[in-house]
Amino acid sequence: MRRSRLLYVPFYATYLFLYAPIAVLVVMSFNSGDSPYSFEGLSLKWYGELAGNAGIRDGLVNTLVVAAGSTVLSTVLGTLLAVGLARHSRSKVLDAIGVLPAVLPDLVLAIGLLVFYASVKMTLGLHSVLLAHTVFGMAFVAAVVRTRLTHCDTSLEEASRDLGANAVTTFFRITLPQLAPGITAGALLAFTLSVDEFVIAFFTAAPTEPTLPIVIYSMVRFGVTPEINALATLLLAVSFTVVIVAQRMTRLTESLS
Amino acid sequence: MTRSTVSGATAAPRSRRSRAPGRLAFLGPGLAYLIVLLLVPLALLLSYTVFRRGRFGGVVYEVTGENFTRLLDPLYLGVIASSLKLATIATVIALLVGYPTAYLIAQLPRKWKTVALVAIVLPFWTNFLVRIYAWIVLLSGPGLVNSTLEGLGLGPFEFLYNQGTIVTGLVYSYLPLMVLPLYAAIERLDPQLREASANLGARPARTFVSVTLPLTLPGVVTGCLFVFVPSFGNFIIPELLGGGRSIMVGNLVRDQFLKARDWPFGSTLALALLAVLVVLLLLQAWSARRA
Repeated sequence: MRRSRLLYVPFYATYLFLYAPIAVLVVMSFNSGDSPYSFEGLSLKWYGELAGNAGIRDGLVNTLVVAAGSTVLSTVLGTLLAVGLARHSRSKVLDAIGVLPAVLPDLVLAIGLLVFYASVKMTLGLHSVLLAHTVFGMAFVAAVVRTRLTHCDTSLEEASRDLGANAVTTFFRITLPQLAPGITAGALLAFTLSVDEFVIAFFTAAPTEPTLPIVIYSMVRFGVTPEINALATLLLAVSFTVVIVAQRMTRLTESLS
Repeated sequence: MTRSTVSGATAAPRSRRSRAPGRLAFLGPGLAYLIVLLLVPLALLLSYTVFRRGRFGGVVYEVTGENFTRLLDPLYLGVIASSLKLATIATVIALLVGYPTAYLIAQLPRKWKTVALVAIVLPFWTNFLVRIYAWIVLLSGPGLVNSTLEGLGLGPFEFLYNQGTIVTGLVYSYLPLMVLPLYAAIERLDPQLREASANLGARPARTFVSVTLPLTLPGVVTGCLFVFVPSFGNFIIPELLGGGRSIMVGNLVRDQFLKARDWPFGSTLALALLAVLVVLLLLQAWSARRA
């Protein structure tokens, strides 16, 4: 199989391309020297600097506040929307509105919201970012929950209605328990997307209350500093752990069901 | 009791009556939210395209066509064209790199498939700005690539702040979005089709062109859209890796809103950007229906 040997070159090249820059960041974060480019010796000094950086700490707190708030709002609104679209509507237009925030370029949503906030004279702050993140968060929760809904047995809901339960009781007693895994997955997705989101936050945040990505952006724009290497390594560690744990959990639930 | 026990035609009158409040309770909150914070903002942007900017930012509600005539200025058309060019090059490279990778992942044993796929997606779940920053560290004047090349007696080169770096950043950022739909399409392919083609005497290249590629074309189209759409409207990568000049339409939009404070023209540019993407999506839907 000479052909497949040759194919392995771009295969390995792809992984090298994806991981080489990340590996360099991680290695350089343990550099004892001041240069972000040449490695002098092992040290944790940049992690110490990072811990003392108030701007990053405040940015992290702001990000977590926004992400937590928009996740709660997105999860409630998105779940209701998913059930409504799947069970109570056959309208293609409503379906399209439901997925629009997920496919619209972030820049267009960002300036649209900026213009909207300005025209209703709303002051910018963490609340404006939170409301903005809920727009796309809700769409992603709705999409995930809807996928789960299509696997649910509608006859259970029909049985509940036929036995005299109203729509609200049926939702809480029958639909919601079946949807729980989808709702959890959707909430996790909304949280992750909000934590990582830059463009919309950049346009809708107050300059005095930047989220973490905005802080990183201004640091990167200002120039290369080894502190970002340390921050990047920590963020990488968190994302990698979350993805691997999520992977393990889905495999676990798959093998259980 | 008139309540029917089976759903269907006999139950229709009852369900229509009792479902109306349920319908509102489920659809109401989400749709109201999206109308206020999505449709109204988009309508505002659309209406701004026909207004004039105020002297100190803001808008003067005076209907004018000047935003559209300005859009046709060669300067702005040039930026739109160069955005199209850079996004297209990035998409083509991502396809050329992504296809063989996805193809090989699909041939791996089941256990390794998951590992290989997770490894493709992992960088995508890390902060976008951090990944761009990594390239600045790698490619800058005294960076690792240059010092390695110097060790070989080459360089130093100025890698950063040109169109090549922008394309590299775009490919790096969105490659996972190319590989995943390609993998899904290739995975679905029945291996017997390729065997049949080989048994009938087709060489591997012929099998690829006549069997594998046409059958995975929907995946190719989806992957290309997934890379092209975020590339075309990007403003962070051209700014951080392209040297801060307004090279792509995203930068222009950003500048109109945050620097020039010309919101009407910024809205016009943003909607032009959106129009290009809508045309592409319509083309894709049309080709999917024909296929």
